[in-house]
Amino acid sequence: MNYLPILIALLKAVIMISVVMGIAAYAVLAERKIAGWIQGRYGPNRTVLPFIGVIPILGNMLTRLGIFQPVADGLKFIFKEDPVPGHVNKFYYFLAPCVAFIPAMTTMVVLPFGEMDGVPLVLANIDIGMLFILAVSSLGVYGIILAGWSANSKYPFLGGIRASAQMISYELAMGLSILPAFLWANAPGSETGLSLFNVVQSQDQLWMVFWQPLSALIFLVALFAETNRLPFDMPEAETELVSGYHTEYGSMKFGLFFVGEYTHIVIGSGVLVVLYFGGWNFLPGIPFPWPAGWAGGLLSTLWFLLKVFSVVFFFMWIRWTLPRFRYDQVMRLGWAILLPLALANLVLNAILIALFENWLV
Amino acid sequence: MKEPENNFISVFIDEEEILVPSGINMVEATRLAGKEMPHYCYHQKLSVTGNCRMCLMEYGMPLTDRATGEPILDRRGMQKIGWLPRPAIACATKALPGIHIRTDSELVRECRNGVMEFLLINHPLDCPICDQAGECSLQEYASDYGRGYSRFVENKNVKPKRTRLGPRVMLDDERCILCSRCIRFCKEIAKDDVLGFIDRGSYSTLTCFPGRSLENNYSLNTVDICPVGALTSIDFRFKMRVWFLKETASICTESSVGVNTLAGCREGKIYRITPRRNDEVNDTWMPDSGRILHNPVDSDDRLVHYTIDGKHTLVEEAAKKAADILSKGAVAVVGSGRASVEEQYLLRKIASAVNAVSVSLVSRTGEGDGLLISADRNPNVRGALLTGLIEQLPHANLTNLATDVETGKVKTILSLGEDLTQCGLGRDLLEKSNLIYFGTHCNETGEVAHVLFPTLTVFEKSGSFLNQQFRLQTFHTAVPGPAGIRPDIDSLGKLLHCLDPETIPPSNTVDIWASMSSGIPQFAGVSVENIPKTGLLIDGSQWAQLPFIEGKSLHYDPATQQSEAMNISK
Amino acid sequence: MAFKQLARKPLNWAERTYLPQIIMGLKITFWNMLKKKVTLEYPDVRPVIPNGYRGIPTLVKDPKGREKCVSCQLCEFVCPPKAIRIQPGEIPEDSENAHVEKAPKEFDIDMLRCIYCGFCQEVCPEEAIFLQKVFSLSGYSREEMVFPKAKLYELGGTYPDQHYKWEKKRSAAEENQANGHG
Repeated sequence: MNYLPILIALLKAVIMISVVMGIAAYAVLAERKIAGWIQGRYGPNRTVLPFIGVIPILGNMLTRLGIFQPVADGLKFIFKEDPVPGHVNKFYYFLAPCVAFIPAMTTMVVLPFGEMDGVPLVLANIDIGMLFILAVSSLGVYGIILAGWSANSKYPFLGGIRASAQMISYELAMGLSILPAFLWANAPGSETGLSLFNVVQSQDQLWMVFWQPLSALIFLVALFAETNRLPFDMPEAETELVSGYHTEYGSMKFGLFFVGEYTHIVIGSGVLVVLYFGGWNFLPGIPFPWPAGWAGGLLSTLWFLLKVFSVVFFFMWIRWTLPRFRYDQVMRLGWAILLPLALANLVLNAILIALFENWLV
Repeated sequence: MKEPENNFISVFIDEEEILVPSGINMVEATRLAGKEMPHYCYHQKLSVTGNCRMCLMEYGMPLTDRATGEPILDRRGMQKIGWLPRPAIACATKALPGIHIRTDSELVRECRNGVMEFLLINHPLDCPICDQAGECSLQEYASDYGRGYSRFVENKNVKPKRTRLGPRVMLDDERCILCSRCIRFCKEIAKDDVLGFIDRGSYSTLTCFPGRSLENNYSLNTVDICPVGALTSIDFRFKMRVWFLKETASICTESSVGVNTLAGCREGKIYRITPRRNDEVNDTWMPDSGRILHNPVDSDDRLVHYTIDGKHTLVEEAAKKAADILSKGAVAVVGSGRASVEEQYLLRKIASAVNAVSVSLVSRTGEGDGLLISADRNPNVRGALLTGLIEQLPHANLTNLATDVETGKVKTILSLGEDLTQCGLGRDLLEKSNLIYFGTHCNETGEVAHVLFPTLTVFEKSGSFLNQQFRLQTFHTAVPGPAGIRPDIDSLGKLLHCLDPETIPPSNTVDIWASMSSGIPQFAGVSVENIPKTGLLIDGSQWAQLPFIEGKSLHYDPATQQSEAMNISK
Repeated sequence: MAFKQLARKPLNWAERTYLPQIIMGLKITFWNMLKKKVTLEYPDVRPVIPNGYRGIPTLVKDPKGREKCVSCQLCEFVCPPKAIRIQPGEIPEDSENAHVEKAPKEFDIDMLRCIYCGFCQEVCPEEAIFLQKVFSLSGYSREEMVFPKAKLYELGGTYPDQHYKWEKKRSAAEENQANGHG
């Protein structure tokens, strides 16, 4: 039996996980830095590594930028005391962080991040990529609900309930907002109707965001809600629920929730870029200036990452700009505004496509 | 004008008519009117000299026509007042019928302001280091009537600041305002004329006569009556500021005079004892020897554990054990003339519950000084008589008890606060008997006691004493006792309850008085709440024939006491 | 009626989406990011302490090295959290400052209790206690944070006032002595 493909796949997976985890870790740093800047502070700028920190100018600069902060954060998570409250349901209490973390890491499997010689750079280029992402990422909410329920105390419980309600409310709008993009990207009867690679390729001239701004907006808002980011961070809501579903968690278990949340953001940003911002396409009208071979693959990947980072930055920028919604406002926005809007958008686009296909061409 | 009744006359203070006893002066009259007449040299128990001039006031008499004796009326038909053109001192002005005075007129205020200014010219203004600060008349009147700043630019007079007038009194001459209260006290009350002024004018200085010093047993009263910080107590000097002291009414246990005192304490520590005015007993004085009686309260050899045969235990266990021993019979009870009336009453109940073979008291005698120390140095022998604990006056030695123990007639001794080794019972005798001892400090009796109840000193508990006049006076808790020690009445009550389960142990003196006032005819109607501050005279005629040893002292004459008692009994 | 109730202006279509407002907010926060930071990097950079700041209370000596406190205990009396404990004492008669008579034997300030109200400074008749600019104190035990007299003088140092109240008193006494009085 030939083990080589398996080994290569494993290696790719490990690389992918490392990169995404790294990005997630630095997203935490970015969050703190941006929070600081927006509030007129410096943000973390004290952590020094033994040898790099003492390099004359560079070391100091890196320290001021807080580059080593994630290392300290990670070590702190690992070495902190891990108290387990006496009143929790132990099995689910320990299960919950894993359930929250695994879906966040799994969705990255089908996310394409570059193109080399016409072949997508992705761990698993499956036809139903988008469906897979929607299906798996929704599982993440089980972790939150489990955490809230197993903690067996008021605030986590409220947090869990809010998370589930919010997830259901916005999942619909999100799903419906994606469909127009796929409708436009694929010819009727296409076999790769839900493939993300196809969507990117269909945007080589015009990014979907310019063609479908309403869909993009609905998707963006729903994405904020799905990732529990401010202004939709109902499950955490520090001022109301202490810290929501993970109130009773500490140490690395809290760390898993935390990293899972940021992984979610990174992957979500990736999906947004793939669907509406042209993936690794250079600019609208300039589809693919990258050279062939591995250099092209690398450059397209970097370009894609740059776009993802911009979206992640936007996530944080929004967080430190907008206040939190009231819970009933969140519900009203989801059910009474976004859902009808997404439905109407879908119907309108379907009609437009029908018109376009049958009469205009 | 109001109708004068008995010896009362009508005077007008700031146009307000009040009735005052005839013969008092205008300082007292204004005090009765609820107004303040500032004064330094005047003291209600001393003669009037009128040298401070602080009590200047305006006064006038209703005018009458000299020829006809008819009152001269003004336009409103009121009798005209002939105000004197110059101010007069209130302390030397007797209250006359119909006299009008002004205590707050422009002239009076100016007078006070001027007097204050002269007094403060040479005053060192060292209030931060002065022990009198906080209870200093000069401070009070300076803030009430003073000008607030000094116009005096010359050098202040300098006088000696640390003169020892005697073993207990220190003089700071700069602060002295030459009121001469101390001189008059020594002359008139202590009858030990040692103080006087020397030199003239602003160089006048208080000093002892050559070869004499202020060392009589009443010298510290000069410190109390000094209106400024000139005379200070060497014992209390620089120890604590007076504004920290919480003052609690207490009774001096030095002798059967029952001097009323105030215990000044802060945070559970007594710093000084001062006399409390009671015109029926001690006026405003007390002997120096009574002021140091608080020292044992803080000593290291206090008993602090309830003990059975040397083992620490709880008060309930100790009471149970003591009741076991007592119920075997052949008990002798030794009470104390230093215990309060309440304790003696409970002890009597215990004595009758165990059918005591004998009940005795230990007498303490000394020489009376004819003023505030009597020959009987037990504060409460009469309480023991009234509660029925004893019928005869006590002896100094318990020779009868000693024989009883030796012959085996007495097997158990219950002693309430008396160190039996000091009154004729040797240690070997005590070891032969079962001993139950209530005491405050470690001593030989406590060492051999089978059951030991630690008790509280007079400053740590409440109760009452009956002094030589049969005057019932209460004292109150000034400082908390050692941790875990119950008041004596509590221990005694528990013991009584163990002996006789039907009696409910009293929780406070109110309970005991309820029982005493119904059980003792002389105490009928008395309760702790209705004992006045000056004490309550109890009818002691039943014991008038007993040979009390007290001689004549302030407000007490055994001869008149006896003859009065005879009259009542007739 | 003292006030007039105004009807709120109805939102127009664009305002009802809230998007313009969100964009305006984003603009503000974006420019905030580029502004100068207001953070004072504390242990490296110390704030400028204004005059009249109420830091830790300390005892001071006068320029000639005399301890100014005469243990009048007014600060102990006025201290709201009862942080000050004084045991007064007498200055021995052979001392240079014997004419002051009184000085604290012990003077403790419990810095854990102190609330920096400054009443002690205000009440002091001898200008012997001053609140310094020191605002951060730390220690390993409660006992350590009860500052004894020696430490209070060490922290307080000298206060450069020129009153010399007690010096004047002594010189007046000496002058009088020379003139044959007293």
